[in-house]
Amino acid sequence: MRELEKTFQVPIGPVHPALKEPIRFTFQVEGERIVGVDIKPGFAHRGIEFMGTKRNLIQVLYLSERICGICSISHPIALTQAVENAAGIEVPPRAQYIRVIVSELERIHSHLLWAGVAAHELGFDTLLHLTWKVREKVMDILEEITGNRVDYAIPIFGGVRRDITPEQYPQVQDMLRYYRGLFEELAERFLRDASVEARTRDVGVLTPEEAEALSAVGPTARASGLRKDVRQDWPYLVYGDLGIKAITPEDYGTETRGDVYDRVIVRLLEVAQSMDIIERCLEDMPAGEITSIPKVPALLAQLKKAEGEGIGRHEAPRGEVIHYIRLEAGKEEPVVWKVKAPTYSNLMSWVPMFRDQEIADIPIIAASIDPCMCCMDRVHLVRAGRDELVWKEKLLALSREKTKRIQSRVTASGPRVTALSPRSADHGGEA
Amino acid sequence: MTAVSALWQAALVLGGGTLLALVYKGFDRKLAARMQGRIGPPIRQPFLDLGKLLVKETVVPRTAVRWVFNLMPFLALVAAGTVLLYLPVGPFAPVLSGYGDVIVVLYLLALPAIAMALGGFASGSPYGVVGAQRELVMLMSYEFPLAVVVVALAWRVAELGAGPAFSLATLAGNPLWAQVGPLGVLGLALLLVALLVVTPAELSKIPFDIPEAETEIAGGLVVEYSGVNLALFYLADAIKTVAMAALVVALFIPYGIAGPLGIGGIGGQILDVAFFFLKVFAVIFAAVTTVRVAFARLKVDQIARGFWIPLTAVALAGLLLLVLDKAVVG
Repeated sequence: MRELEKTFQVPIGPVHPALKEPIRFTFQVEGERIVGVDIKPGFAHRGIEFMGTKRNLIQVLYLSERICGICSISHPIALTQAVENAAGIEVPPRAQYIRVIVSELERIHSHLLWAGVAAHELGFDTLLHLTWKVREKVMDILEEITGNRVDYAIPIFGGVRRDITPEQYPQVQDMLRYYRGLFEELAERFLRDASVEARTRDVGVLTPEEAEALSAVGPTARASGLRKDVRQDWPYLVYGDLGIKAITPEDYGTETRGDVYDRVIVRLLEVAQSMDIIERCLEDMPAGEITSIPKVPALLAQLKKAEGEGIGRHEAPRGEVIHYIRLEAGKEEPVVWKVKAPTYSNLMSWVPMFRDQEIADIPIIAASIDPCMCCMDRVHLVRAGRDELVWKEKLLALSREKTKRIQSRVTASGPRVTALSPRSADHGGEA
Repeated sequence: MTAVSALWQAALVLGGGTLLALVYKGFDRKLAARMQGRIGPPIRQPFLDLGKLLVKETVVPRTAVRWVFNLMPFLALVAAGTVLLYLPVGPFAPVLSGYGDVIVVLYLLALPAIAMALGGFASGSPYGVVGAQRELVMLMSYEFPLAVVVVALAWRVAELGAGPAFSLATLAGNPLWAQVGPLGVLGLALLLVALLVVTPAELSKIPFDIPEAETEIAGGLVVEYSGVNLALFYLADAIKTVAMAALVVALFIPYGIAGPLGIGGIGGQILDVAFFFLKVFAVIFAAVTTVRVAFARLKVDQIARGFWIPLTAVALAGLLLLVLDKAVVG
């Protein structure tokens, strides 16, 4: 029984049944207890941002949809806002409502997808099949409205590409009724099932202080009791008119513990919240144009003339996604395109969550932040065919070097661009 | 019984048992799928799986202890198969009755688990090691309630003076339900519950499938097994499922229907064997299929605590009630 006493390493990933996407955990384990974890992302890096700077902005829009299949409306929404922000393009109200409706539909499907995956991680496949079966309804509606189950191609700079027709209203309302009828059953299966509770209560706890310090976002932060939601804190599109409140487990009537169970609560309540938002949007949505520049060549021409930088942020199902873009006049392609996906912010929350948990808890804790590696992976260092790691000091030095380079260029060519300040370079170094 | 007829019988039981085990596995998978809202694989899928595994390459990891790694699947299959020879089939006494009793069956049932654990340790994979540790913890958890159930029944049958106490033929030949008073019936019911809870654990099925736990340790103690070795484990698992269910049947529901219906001769025997198969399937359906679709996987500490305290208490309460009943009824 010496095996039980000594610490040994359990590698999980990059390929493992518990992981839907590649990432590597190396756990230090004593018996069944986890004493330490090392996380290595970077396996799904595809160089998307680089590809974006080689294409015109409309092509970049479609590329941004392919950052992630599940958040395939969140990235375009953030990108269109960034570009509209930079180029000063207005979005008609009806288009804003349609963007909101589709992104809330996406939240419903994403959270149901997650709930099924979580059930599977717990070995509860019956619940997985039930959840994914009911998820088909929202997928059908997404297909009806946008033409696609995934990669909806709805937003375009200045509006949306498709209207929601009056014939489609009853179908959406029918879906809302369907899910309202099912909500009690889902809550019963997930929140009042003894074996689910036994596996999720007090597992993978993230305290509010840790969530705050590690800048967790989305349901991960809200389940720890932080009322943090881009739709509430920095309203965009028409979210400001909809009176959105960030959801925490307290809204379910339980005290916040910040465990996996709380993350289930928050996501289920957000499904209900999204249904309310969609219903409200269908009622409030004014008639009118769906895009301010309907002709694509005209749009491209206007974008080519645009000069400046813009930021777009959106509350994706997993949390805040930010796109930064810089345009230069006379160039069809963006000069800089930077994407920060929610998983990037939530990654470090894993470390306190895994502390003192058991091997059996690894899959559900890993899944509990709803990680999306392909959204997040932005860099992978390979030198002479081998992986390389860069530590904080080196990153900081690199950032400062780059800042100096940019500053010298800026001062040489006049005050054209607001340079990255040393402060943001510092921030990059800490990441 | 001559050696030749014993050999024939053994071949029949082993061949028939293996066939039945795979068919039942097919039904188990199909029914579980239907309960989960899936279509599920065809009933013959286990045969296809087995055939596929038998023609696949058998890989032995470089870090494995080769002879232990290769030996354990055989040991598991042989142990599981031997259990079949100790169990009564409907109206027929066990093939090996007189050469061992229910205590041997308990040890033989534990052997495949131990073989798998040793195979896991020998595979040289951290997942295998974790799975093997879990298998041993499980073994230590469910063996005591299981032993309590068997001992309680054997003791009560011995009090009847019907034959050698621990012999399975005696146990199956003297159903206790009609022999005891109301307290005893309650006690027997508790023991049956304990045994039905032990069954999925003994077979490592959800919620007790932690030694394999696909999403946690990627198959655990069988993670490095492939080809013929994996086929043998697969077969051992199927046979052990039937053996465990047949043990429950022999201990608690050893009734035939030919007698009450008044059918004698060969026809009655065939009917009783068919009824026995039905009972075995009913036990598998109740204790394995429905349970594995209704629960999430538990953790090793939750299982150990659950078996050591509440379930042992249930089994001991059953034993105590049987003893009290004996004192009252006499």
